[in-house]
Amino acid sequence: MNKKYLLTHTALALYVVFALLPIVLIFINSFKSQKDIFDAPFKIPSTESFTTIGYQTVFNNSDFLLYFVNSLTITSVSIIFIVLFGGMAAWGVSEYKYRGRILLSLFFIFGMMIPVRLGTIPILELLQSLNLTNTHTALVLVYIAQGLPFSIIILESFIRDIPKEIKDAARCDGVSETDILFHIVFPLLKPALATVTIFVAIPIWNDLWFPLVITPADGKQTLTLGIQQFIGQFITDWPTVLAALSLAAIPPLILYILLSKQLIHGLFAGSSK
Amino acid sequence: MMKNVKKRELILFLGPALFFYCVFFVYPMIATIKLSFYETINNDTQNFVGLANFNTLINDPFFSEVFWNALWNNLIFFLFHMFIQNPIGILIALLLVNLSFKAATFYRTAVMLPTMLSFVIVGFIWQLILSPTWGITSILYDVFSIKENTPALLGEESTALITISLVSVWQFIGIPVLLIYAALISINKDILEAIKLEKVGFFKAFFHVHLPMVWPTIALVSILTYVNNFNAFDLIYTVKGPLAGPNFSTDLLGTLFYRTFFGFQLQSGNINLGAAVATAMFLIILIGVSIYLFFVQRRILR
Amino acid sequence: MKRLGLILLAVVGLGASYWSVQKPSTNESNSAKSELIIESWRSDDLAAWNEKILPVFNAQNPNINVVFRPSPATEYNAALNTKLAGGTAGDLITCRPFDASLKLFNEGNLLALNDIAGLKHYSNFAKTAWQTDDLKTTFCIPLASVIHGFIYNQNIFKSLSLQKPKTVDDFYKALDVVSSKGGITPIALGTADQWEAATMGFHNIGVNYWQGEKGRLGLISGKEKLSDKAYVETFTQLEKWAPFMGNGYKAQTYTQSQALFTSGKAAIYPAGSWDIASFNGKVEFEMSAFAPPLPTGQSECFISDHTDIGLGINAKSGKLEAAKKFIEWLTTAEFAQIYANNLPGFFPLSNHEIKIEDPLANEFLSWRQHCKSSIRNSYHILSRGTPNLENEIWNTSAQVLNKSMSPKEAAQQLQKGLDNWYRPN
Repeated sequence: MNKKYLLTHTALALYVVFALLPIVLIFINSFKSQKDIFDAPFKIPSTESFTTIGYQTVFNNSDFLLYFVNSLTITSVSIIFIVLFGGMAAWGVSEYKYRGRILLSLFFIFGMMIPVRLGTIPILELLQSLNLTNTHTALVLVYIAQGLPFSIIILESFIRDIPKEIKDAARCDGVSETDILFHIVFPLLKPALATVTIFVAIPIWNDLWFPLVITPADGKQTLTLGIQQFIGQFITDWPTVLAALSLAAIPPLILYILLSKQLIHGLFAGSSK
Repeated sequence: MMKNVKKRELILFLGPALFFYCVFFVYPMIATIKLSFYETINNDTQNFVGLANFNTLINDPFFSEVFWNALWNNLIFFLFHMFIQNPIGILIALLLVNLSFKAATFYRTAVMLPTMLSFVIVGFIWQLILSPTWGITSILYDVFSIKENTPALLGEESTALITISLVSVWQFIGIPVLLIYAALISINKDILEAIKLEKVGFFKAFFHVHLPMVWPTIALVSILTYVNNFNAFDLIYTVKGPLAGPNFSTDLLGTLFYRTFFGFQLQSGNINLGAAVATAMFLIILIGVSIYLFFVQRRILR
Repeated sequence: MKRLGLILLAVVGLGASYWSVQKPSTNESNSAKSELIIESWRSDDLAAWNEKILPVFNAQNPNINVVFRPSPATEYNAALNTKLAGGTAGDLITCRPFDASLKLFNEGNLLALNDIAGLKHYSNFAKTAWQTDDLKTTFCIPLASVIHGFIYNQNIFKSLSLQKPKTVDDFYKALDVVSSKGGITPIALGTADQWEAATMGFHNIGVNYWQGEKGRLGLISGKEKLSDKAYVETFTQLEKWAPFMGNGYKAQTYTQSQALFTSGKAAIYPAGSWDIASFNGKVEFEMSAFAPPLPTGQSECFISDHTDIGLGINAKSGKLEAAKKFIEWLTTAEFAQIYANNLPGFFPLSNHEIKIEDPLANEFLSWRQHCKSSIRNSYHILSRGTPNLENEIWNTSAQVLNKSMSPKEAAQQLQKGLDNWYRPN
């Protein structure tokens, strides 16, 4: 038993070093000046070369907190609806048999098979006609539509794994389908819901294209868009960019840690009959 | 089954998703994809040309070379993810299951961290690490006194695609880890206890217990890998730009689409040909997804 | 209960994002003011425009507030065209020279500017980049041009007793001296991003071989071919640079080349004049510049003096009067003076006499006195088809520098590409 423990931890630790080393590099380089980043990228900043100029520039020269809040709002609201509507649709598509069910399932998956930027112009025209350009609502609507396919395909798979007996028992007791979905199935899906949340949140959080063309107005920019001002055509302020993007990686990380508890919850929920 | 659910309830379940999806995704996509069957005359008018654009993609001397190159590169890109990222991901997930929750959470989080980063950062740091001038070379020299310079992995036509594929694997390995892990911990606790009590070997447990139970999830991960890779764009775009050098060796269908549809530098965009590229991507992915769904269907009926 | 909570949260969230629609952004709070947005790819210039240049205009015109809102350079074409098609683009558009902007004009996205009085301050040479083929309509005001050359580390040169190279022979002699010293990369140039190979390589030195405008116009008329001796020779010279570019140049990005030079680890940096702003204040050594070295036996010199940036009006903007007022201001000497001194390396295209303070910029500018100016040969007419000549030059120049293509093959590929669609009249 001991040998297995040792092997497991060694293997994992080795991989973690590989996974984290570049990230540590990003982090330590965010505390250097541009010159020092390229002079000695692998060296930890000494007491002389340590500088918070990158972080200072981020907060002084840009509305970093505002961008942060914007991204937070847009991402959170989008996730809530993607998970909610996605779960409902996944249930509707995998639980009941009716004609066209498979086609409907395929229809939802189409969304993952096409480059998302393809439909930008009609989306813009539509939003323009609804007077929604330069709003956060517009981005939320677009992200919901884009996140649903992934949400549905994942949740479909996990719903299929729920034992039939649980659902049939509830039906015997006269519980309505809606109540089964929300009170029995959703709690059982916690690991899947947590998984979907994380996978869907990250691309939305890091997205540049749609905020750029739909909501570029001052005060409305997302984090990724707002940071672009430090990336010029010819001049890139790397300490600032690294500082900004390091900070930007924190909310997804926190979200992940928070949701980890949900994932563990699933262990006990899934095993109880 | 149909008796149990009222039509009203079914509409409630499917309605919201269908609404948002159709209005803000399907309609714009169809409106643009149909352009692949037209050509633009005089800025505004669209002239129906049937399959002419697809013919250009496949047969025109300049376009077809680029198209087939992108398709081939995309295949290699996918195979790297399928046969390196996923097996390693499954292995890591398996190792995690045997640990205490705290330890598993720590390792899981560490492995997921690269996935949360923006492509800009991933591109920048790996270009620095792999740079013969600043990167590994300087470490090799300082630590091991090796004077040989490492080859420019991202700069040589022969190695650029493989290198960037591996960077992408590094970034996204958290996804199979998370999905397989979520599936593994959903397995009945009693079965897992039984494995521990009876001291079943690691590989025996894997092949006889774990694998059959997570097989559907592995299939899911595979199809997600397939779909995401044939739609991949951002990493290559960030690191190599839309021209996907050196000499198009890192060109994927996604970058080809972007370049064709939106144009690049002095090259103006061609929305008709670009839409045709997107349609081709869609069809290629559709084939894979259809196989997956057929496979899943058979498992359900089993 | 939880479901109720979830729905409540969702409603609140949607409400919050809708509310952000209602709340006016600070710029639009004064309804009497017209706000004009400038679209651009020059994120580098953000501070210069918003802090130094625009306040001057905004102060003189209390009813107008102009804001510079650049997009990331790599996304500019895609984002701008999408926004124009979708109706959400800004009022003032930064124009790329020649065909990219001509297309915008032909699509009806740019306003014709023939009635702008200040147009008289520009030479025909400057205006051509933003005029229709028949030269009858101007659709962008020329803003600035950029000059190509070589920036070098004077300290390194002095320590090796090197003089500014005048001829190609001088150039290679200097490179050999730096190379044999060891520890310093002679040329700071990489091929990873591909465009520098074309812009700071091919276009930079090529003008001396195809004799500037003569060659460029010859290509357009069909008298010259890209497979001719002049172009092969240009590629041959590029190939010769490869051994002097350091070990990792194939994976070296533009940022890394800049870092190599500013850290004092490289001697010569093939440059565009915009690089002056990249280096000012970042180097701890003396810098100077020299013009592209003269080919052996040639006495006439040429420089790539490229009309690079213009500004036009979005024809669908609702604030055309205010926009025109701004455009008129761009034609004044006042603007030229502020612009030139805040963005050294971008040389105003208007004819006004202005005083440029930056010494390196003045060095570049001085070459205009004895060398003939020419624009990059791929920008006018020759990039209208597929394959795009400029993109092909990127690809072939990078490959020649990478030694994966011979100069002859490169030149032939360029001509083959052009032959695919171009018919000289």
